[in-house]
Amino acid sequence: MDLKAITKTARDTIKKYNRDHSQIIAILQDIQGVYNYLPKEALSVISEEMDVPLSRVYEIATFYNSFSLKPRGKHMIEICAGTACHVQGAANILDRFERELGIKRGETTQDGLFTLEEVRCLGCCSLAAVVRLDGNIYPFVKQDDIPRILKKYKKQEVK
Amino acid sequence: MVNLTIDGRHIQAEEGSTLLSAARANGIEIPTLCHHEALMPTGSCRMCVVEVSKGGRTRIVTSCIYLAEEGLQVNTKSQRVQEVRKLVLQLLMARCPESEVVREVAKEMGVNPEPRFKTSKDKGKCILCRLCVKACESIVGVSAIGLSGRGQTKKVGGPFMEAPQACIGCGSCVYICPTGHIVMEDDGKGHREIWGKTFNMAQCRTCGRYFAPLEQLSFISKATKVPLESLMVCTSCR
Amino acid sequence: MGRIRTLKDLDLAAKKGLETLFPKKTKIMVGTATSGIAAGALEVYEELKRECEKRKLDIHLSKTGSMGMDSLEPLVEVIEPGKPRLAYGKVTKDKVSPLIDQVVSGSIDGLKPAYRIDDEDDLIRQEKITYGKKIEAKLKGIPKINELPFYKKQLRIALRNCGTIDPENIYEYIARGGYYSLYRALSSMTPEQIIDEVTISGLRGRGGGGFPTGRKWLSCRKAHGDIKYVICNGDEGDPGAYMDRSLMEGDPHSIIEGMVIGAFAIGAHEGFIYVRNEYPLAVANLQKAVEQARELGLLGDDIFKSGFSFDIKIVRGAGAFVCGESTALMTSIEGKAGEPRAKYIHTVEQGIWNRPSNLNNVETWANVPVIIARGGKWFANIGAKNSTGTKVFSLVGKINNVGLVEVPMGITLKEIIYDIGGGIPEGKSFKAVQTGGPSGGCIPADLIDLPVDFDSLWEAGSMMGSGGMIVMDDRTCMVDIARYFFDFLVSESCGKCVPCREGVYQMYEILHDICHGRGKKGDIELLESMGKSIADGSLCALGGSAPNPVLSTIRYFRKEYEAHINKKKCPAGVCRALIKYSILADKCTGCGVCAKRCPVECISGERKKVHIIDQGKCIKCGTCKEVCKFDAIIVE
Repeated sequence: MDLKAITKTARDTIKKYNRDHSQIIAILQDIQGVYNYLPKEALSVISEEMDVPLSRVYEIATFYNSFSLKPRGKHMIEICAGTACHVQGAANILDRFERELGIKRGETTQDGLFTLEEVRCLGCCSLAAVVRLDGNIYPFVKQDDIPRILKKYKKQEVK
Repeated sequence: MVNLTIDGRHIQAEEGSTLLSAARANGIEIPTLCHHEALMPTGSCRMCVVEVSKGGRTRIVTSCIYLAEEGLQVNTKSQRVQEVRKLVLQLLMARCPESEVVREVAKEMGVNPEPRFKTSKDKGKCILCRLCVKACESIVGVSAIGLSGRGQTKKVGGPFMEAPQACIGCGSCVYICPTGHIVMEDDGKGHREIWGKTFNMAQCRTCGRYFAPLEQLSFISKATKVPLESLMVCTSCR
Repeated sequence: MGRIRTLKDLDLAAKKGLETLFPKKTKIMVGTATSGIAAGALEVYEELKRECEKRKLDIHLSKTGSMGMDSLEPLVEVIEPGKPRLAYGKVTKDKVSPLIDQVVSGSIDGLKPAYRIDDEDDLIRQEKITYGKKIEAKLKGIPKINELPFYKKQLRIALRNCGTIDPENIYEYIARGGYYSLYRALSSMTPEQIIDEVTISGLRGRGGGGFPTGRKWLSCRKAHGDIKYVICNGDEGDPGAYMDRSLMEGDPHSIIEGMVIGAFAIGAHEGFIYVRNEYPLAVANLQKAVEQARELGLLGDDIFKSGFSFDIKIVRGAGAFVCGESTALMTSIEGKAGEPRAKYIHTVEQGIWNRPSNLNNVETWANVPVIIARGGKWFANIGAKNSTGTKVFSLVGKINNVGLVEVPMGITLKEIIYDIGGGIPEGKSFKAVQTGGPSGGCIPADLIDLPVDFDSLWEAGSMMGSGGMIVMDDRTCMVDIARYFFDFLVSESCGKCVPCREGVYQMYEILHDICHGRGKKGDIELLESMGKSIADGSLCALGGSAPNPVLSTIRYFRKEYEAHINKKKCPAGVCRALIKYSILADKCTGCGVCAKRCPVECISGERKKVHIIDQGKCIKCGTCKEVCKFDAIIVE
């Protein structure tokens, strides 16, 4: 990854928020929005430019669920683990995704195509069980639908 | 001054003082694990809980942060309080089975390990009291180490769990750690290792002893504007 | 339009809003809240736009929030001047063209409307809005909205505008009486009068705790400090609850207006709305709403020439359940890791940056403009004695009519689950309802007549929480549910204090053992005593209420725990280690679908002959049962 570009992104973002210390979370969110994860170098830039100890920036980046310090796959698969989804068999759905992709929750496939994550309630309880793929909601998912859903994305890749 | 009762004794405490300090000032012992005089209390270990009642309402509070109140009745040894302390110790024994300190406190209080609990193997002796982090931040002023993660994954260490760049090797974290989790090694030949970082030690100009990391001395020099040269003497020769 | 400074300006804005709210031409509205979008509402909207352009039709097309009845999504409403509002359910893209045909020809023979709205009460303006006086004969067979069991017992106060206005259009909000309460508060009420009114209303915090709102405001007003803050807690974290999302998406201005009124009463000039980042549409709509309010001078300096200034910042959460706890949320707003602190000094005295801070939940704020418009007494007459007003619930799980419902408090569980929710699907029996999220508990079927109010739920070992109601049938294992909530709590505990960090983890391990057939004698008692000490010893409300899901399920479903521990059986057929799938010989037709779909290929059999499952290879995922059309697969 281009170190210069990361530094520039981080600096621009910090500037956008006027170096406001209370906006560190927003700054991290914006940077993650660009790279899909938080590059280590970006945290160092925040620490230096904003005069916040690196240990504190790291604490924030690891405290909140939505931040990732590891690069993520091209497609983000999020299995809703809300109560309504659980009652409708979300655990089995997560299992099936793990089996189909050969990875565990929180991991990324070797080809860098998919990252599988479990998320806390997406608030689409009436559509349980729900899976979010690249931001699109799949409602009423059954285990048996999963191979077909994945096939669609894999096919796109071949094209 | 406020008047309150602790374990049936009438006690006067200064306004703004915590229940813990009011009790200790009067010789009433309340066990603690994460408390240190020099640092702001956080109430994280929960050993110091006490039962308070006022106006018919009884509840469990944390004595290291709860301020003394007029008319408060405090019970430091009630059944409920003992149950919480017992659980805390059993949980810490399961988390840090190697910690002699936790085991000793438990023994003193007659608490045995709960065999049903899963014991951890990867937490060392760290009970996450966070005294080291606070000392590094507010006493030393470098914030080299910090907390990361949350819940069971919460840990103390340098950023990215690597050797912390900002660490000056002063060892304050080692001295304040109540369980001896943090390891610091001086090889006697001018090197100190802590948090995976090796420091060159300064030699006392007078007695020749290796007494402090060079990095620490230059940090002090920068902060106090005292020339580094005049700091090269150990405390005993000064 | 320029800034709104006087009542006349407000009236002008309302007039402008009416032009799109009830245009002089045909209007078509699509519910594009998250639930609608997930069902395909945006494609429907685009298709409608294309179709109208293609046919050169002069139709006003608009987006709106959710009406709550999620099974009807995507929902499209057609409003023609002088005629009742007609709601069409499940309008997919392919139904758009026939729908337009119908609108053009005036028929309703093809697609049948799910309901019609002849008139409705505008709560704030206190007038009846009549859509159509004369009801054509052909419409008589279509039920009126309040004749539908789902809506019959509902009273939409907080949700008053959701599904009716375009949330991105401030003028439509104003046309529904929006910001009139603010005008009234700033121009003719003192802060004390406002607090009195809220106190009289009996409004209690809708986020779960149920603390009296008026009392909170008063404490914050009295607290020392020049700088004070008001905060809206939109970090809706309870899994299974989404009423706040719906409100933020569908009617953001009601929250903003409530906050400005509250800020004036308390003496605050800065406000924060803390929203979950998992709710991108809510964030976007709130952001837009704040900007619009600012443009019209309803936020900013000298609002309504009163001399009072106030502005709002939107803060996005970053995924931490604990940040729903007020002290953790405030720490997070300061830009730190959201760890809670003990509340011995209340946040109304020392909150954000140690300054007096008044935090209320989304739904609480949305109620405020109505209370100011109608008076505290009016509000207090709704609902139950110590739980006045209405509460929005998300009715989900094993229930026929899934969705968001707003009901007067004091209504019984039975009315919600059977009358509104239409009971349990597939002829299964009702087993329990979970309320209060991870801090709440499971209420069993025998307590079906329990009135739903703060105190009754508390006495039953659960709590109101933010309003999630997850209905469970006899195929739900209560030990598994407790384990589920503990899995949640283990990963959401901030890790600051020992009882929550270590205790909840150890309780989870025991529950995990029980679900995997490794439960031991004495586990139930150990869980109970741990639960008590964790509740006593934890630093914040998360740990303090964490044991509830276990304690309440042990209280009501002890036998199910015993079956797992002593007999190594899961009566509900959920815990994989304790169950077995098998094929009923007399029902199996040998169609082979199960064998084909089984992910581990453990089912075999000749075509048209009875199939069998290789128990050694079976992973008990249940796919076979899911795909069998003949109910030939059983689990025991």
